[in-house]
Amino acid sequence: MTAVLQHPGYEEERMQRVAGQLPGREVQAGMLLSLMGQPQHYSYPSIFIYGHRASGKSHVMHVLLKELELPHATVSCVECVSVTLLFEQVLLSFFGCDAASLLPCSPSLSDFVRIYRQQCSQTPAKETRYIVMDKAELLRDADTNLLPALLRLQELVEDNVTVILLSEIVWDNFRPNTGCFEPLLLNFPDYSKGELQQILSQDRHPSYSAEFYSSYINILLGVFYSVCRDLRELRRLAALNFSKFCEPLAEGKVKETDTHKLWKNIEPHLKKAMQTVYLREVSSLQWEQMQQMEEKEAGALRGVDTHSAVALDDFLRIAAYLASYNPARTDKRFFLKHHGKIRKTNFLKKNEKTSNHLLGPKPFPLDRLLAIFYSVVDSRVAPTASIFSQISSLVTLQLLTQVSHNDQLNAPKYKCAVSMDFICAISRTVNFDIVKYLYDFL
Amino acid sequence: MSTSSVSKGCFVFKPSAKKKKKTSSLEDYFTVGCEVAETSEIRFRLCQDLWDKIKTDTEVLQDELNRKILDSLLDFTRKCSSTRQHGDWTSQMRASEIPTAALLLGVNIPDHDMTFQSLSDLLQQSVTPHVASVQAKECAALKYLMKRVLERLMGTDVTMDDDDDDEEEAASIQLHKSVHCSLGTLCDWYSTTTKKSKTGTPGKKRSSSVRDEQQQQPPVVIIFKDLEAFNPRVLQDFILICSRYIERLPLMFIFGIATSPSTIQHMLPHSVSSLLCIELFQSLSCTQHLATVIDKFILTHHFPFKLSSKVMQVLINIFLYHDFTVKNFIKGMQLALLEHFHSQPLSVLCCKKREALYNVMRLSHRDLERIRQLPSFKSYVEKQDPQEQADLLKDDTHLKDVCQKLIKDLHKYHKNYYPILRCLHSLTSSLPRYPLGKQIRELYLICLEKNVWENEDYQSAMKLLKMLAKDELIASLQRCAEILKCEKMKNALVQLEELLGKFQQLDTTAAETAPSVEESFTSPVKNLQKKTDLFQLQKTLLEMNESRRSKKLSPFEVLRDEALEFIDSLVKNHLSLPESQTLNEVCYYSSSATVRRHINATPRTSIRAALSSPYYYLQNDSLKAEDGSVSNAAPDICIAYKLHLECGRLINLFDWLEAYTTVVSAAEGNDPDSENFGKVDEVKHARFIRAVSELEFLGFIKCTKQKTDHVARLTWGGC
Repeated sequence: MTAVLQHPGYEEERMQRVAGQLPGREVQAGMLLSLMGQPQHYSYPSIFIYGHRASGKSHVMHVLLKELELPHATVSCVECVSVTLLFEQVLLSFFGCDAASLLPCSPSLSDFVRIYRQQCSQTPAKETRYIVMDKAELLRDADTNLLPALLRLQELVEDNVTVILLSEIVWDNFRPNTGCFEPLLLNFPDYSKGELQQILSQDRHPSYSAEFYSSYINILLGVFYSVCRDLRELRRLAALNFSKFCEPLAEGKVKETDTHKLWKNIEPHLKKAMQTVYLREVSSLQWEQMQQMEEKEAGALRGVDTHSAVALDDFLRIAAYLASYNPARTDKRFFLKHHGKIRKTNFLKKNEKTSNHLLGPKPFPLDRLLAIFYSVVDSRVAPTASIFSQISSLVTLQLLTQVSHNDQLNAPKYKCAVSMDFICAISRTVNFDIVKYLYDFL
Repeated sequence: MSTSSVSKGCFVFKPSAKKKKKTSSLEDYFTVGCEVAETSEIRFRLCQDLWDKIKTDTEVLQDELNRKILDSLLDFTRKCSSTRQHGDWTSQMRASEIPTAALLLGVNIPDHDMTFQSLSDLLQQSVTPHVASVQAKECAALKYLMKRVLERLMGTDVTMDDDDDDEEEAASIQLHKSVHCSLGTLCDWYSTTTKKSKTGTPGKKRSSSVRDEQQQQPPVVIIFKDLEAFNPRVLQDFILICSRYIERLPLMFIFGIATSPSTIQHMLPHSVSSLLCIELFQSLSCTQHLATVIDKFILTHHFPFKLSSKVMQVLINIFLYHDFTVKNFIKGMQLALLEHFHSQPLSVLCCKKREALYNVMRLSHRDLERIRQLPSFKSYVEKQDPQEQADLLKDDTHLKDVCQKLIKDLHKYHKNYYPILRCLHSLTSSLPRYPLGKQIRELYLICLEKNVWENEDYQSAMKLLKMLAKDELIASLQRCAEILKCEKMKNALVQLEELLGKFQQLDTTAAETAPSVEESFTSPVKNLQKKTDLFQLQKTLLEMNESRRSKKLSPFEVLRDEALEFIDSLVKNHLSLPESQTLNEVCYYSSSATVRRHINATPRTSIRAALSSPYYYLQNDSLKAEDGSVSNAAPDICIAYKLHLECGRLINLFDWLEAYTTVVSAAEGNDPDSENFGKVDEVKHARFIRAVSELEFLGFIKCTKQKTDHVARLTWGGC
């Protein structure tokens, strides 16, 4: 495989080292290297690399640039709250802090280009300089001219510089309306099962043999590969369950080679872990504690999810839910004493016939909420200031969302943001049969 | 002029409420509008003392209650920072995750501030100097969040270590000046400060052994006070950025969550939450907190100021139905305290016993007259013989002596009241279906409302107590004995212990008597097995029933009845109504309406009251009017309001204007027959428009597109 990673520009030994650090990504690395050419050669102005999360994009770039000692600047676009930070980081890593301090207070792109050229004429590039933009999808939200300019930065600054964009989404979603220079596209496919095995086996426990750990990874992948291919998540699962796997070894019951017995021991635990893949209900720390505890107690630990709320809050939430999921025209039927019979079929317009629960919550005005609230709550409650402040605190707790603009004082509109299960649980605690009041369940 | 009536419906604290701020003028505020100025000084001092006591004690209480959760949080932070430095394989695998503590605090948001304050103080004292807490409202965008975090981390350090050189201060100044700030800057700052503290200045106040261990790498703790209110986008980006620096900067988060841990999942997508290593912590529930506060300030005779049943009810209802915040409950108590000392001249006697006795001797003639006017004193006088009555009503010195006695009685009453209340609660709180309430505050409310032994629930509770098994009964009686021992009620304690001793004796004698009881019991049953005739069966069953009814009580049952009678007598002796006590007005604050008006304001009702009866607020005699109608001299807005009440959903503006001018012209005293009467002139027009726009501002009407020249009415009658 190392045959792929050969390049006239670099020594063999160094290439070997690089290849060792990039299991499963040799093809892509080789491709990149041939695109980059020899250090002193001019390279393609911009390269766009895309692939799913944890498919090794940043890692490959990092290893290549580090090991081959190429001048580079790595910028994460999340971190660049403003373009200033981006420019500063690039200048800093290429020309030192003197250059970075030359940037004016709120620099424009042309400022950046000017300073870059100025510095570049003083210290011309002997080797290709690389700018790696991590999470490049965020560049789309930046100034409209930033992305096109970066794509042909080589021309703008007249320097041997290449911009490499790393993203989780495809190039088609980037292309601006006005058109731009097309970068070279390079896809990083997902790791295969074998590659995952190879990668995961690398971080083995120091006190166990490599074969033992790799057999553990094999078992782990056998269980989880069908539901989860995210390298990061798998790595976490591997770390979490390894101590359980080793338990019989520590107790001296089995030998390292007795794979079958080990498998019998770990299987139920992995099955249990399967329920929480992706769902970080419990932290890694707590998972470990749970493994130590009996199952009963573990259930209690996860049952911390208790809502204790003020009595009137409950009714406010119920009222909000009813207002969100019942058509306004049906209020009369539910909350008036002498409403007469209303037939479901004839009464409603066509679009109201589909289940409201499928359509999601609808906005409702404050007045309606209060009207329903007062008919739902059994005792007489004065319309005090606290009720209104309770509504706004429900909004900050994100149990209600304000639909209308914040500044609109006149008849604000809200939406209910809680689930059916949640509201059923609440109404049980206050002895309110909510299903009887929901139009969908008539 | 009585102050309490002016403030009706207005949600404004009287000046005296502010008095905690400036000592010089506080007293002046208190005396202004105070009933009887002479004693106001003493009353002010008493009030201040009591409030200071409440304030300090609640703080101590809060600290105690939070100690457990804070300790576990501190442990968590320590553990996190130590495993990071010398961890094993598993923690190395986890190294890329940011340790996060999710702190579930409940919906009582106003109480959280204190918790977070003490948390960050404790963290700074014992774990790390680098603590920053942020609130959602100051971090609308990522930029601001970054800025706040950096400012607080670097800024606090500058103020903390005064002996550091100016370099750092200069750096921080530069930071404020610079437009952007990134975590990179923070990293650099962190490495320089840690290096600095490693090499020099061993004389800093970092002496504990834990300290030294973490000297090299104290964690950087960021507290998000209200997680729910944060913009999810901002939070996600921030966490993403932080995770890039986790290797260089030992970061740690604490999330304050009001609802449930699932909010984390709602706010953060998996890609972000997988960067965190979350651990849950649950704080004490606020009802427990309230229970301790009530225990400390209300159910004790050490605190002379008392709330009557209605005021208690109002405060507890606000707590349960509206906010769940103990802070507001205490504020309500503060208000009641102030009002009591402000409006009740006899509150000079509301203090410790010795001081109260001293104050009795200093009472003026007018004060004594007031005492004679007290309802409770009047009923006391009526019970005395005629000679005594005359003395009480005429002789001031005699009255003072009697007052001293009465005050002593009142203190004694309180001293006995609370232990017995606790006893009763400990007996009844475990009964099925809780006839007298689960919490002691419920029982207290029942006892304040009317004589508890007249209550049906009390009867049923007593019946249930009679059905208790022996060991249960003994256990709860022992608990009572414990309570009485704590509160030093000797007489009752001796009697109760006697009873308990008898119960124990019963155990030893029971073994001997048991068989005979059983014998008499089994005989009819044996008969039953022999005869299978239906008629006979009925007969024997009836016989069995009869015999059981008339059966002699077992020694245990006799003893049990005796014990319960004893408890009953205690209750009847000591848990009588506070209103039945002479001079109870001195200690009990009873104006629940005032408290409700101030704390649970009803803005809409007060606006309506102001508009429909302006006399109520303006106190201008010309505005007095008969029921329902508004005098035509009332302010324009009142007239416009009154007129609009007569309209339907849509109001024609021109008709309204006509009606308005007619009323106003009548007020100006124009001759109804003259030509100009009711004519719309410019001034009236302008006044009308102003009134209408004011009504619109208050939310009574709004513009509508349904009809031109019309406005829509937004309110209907009552509410």
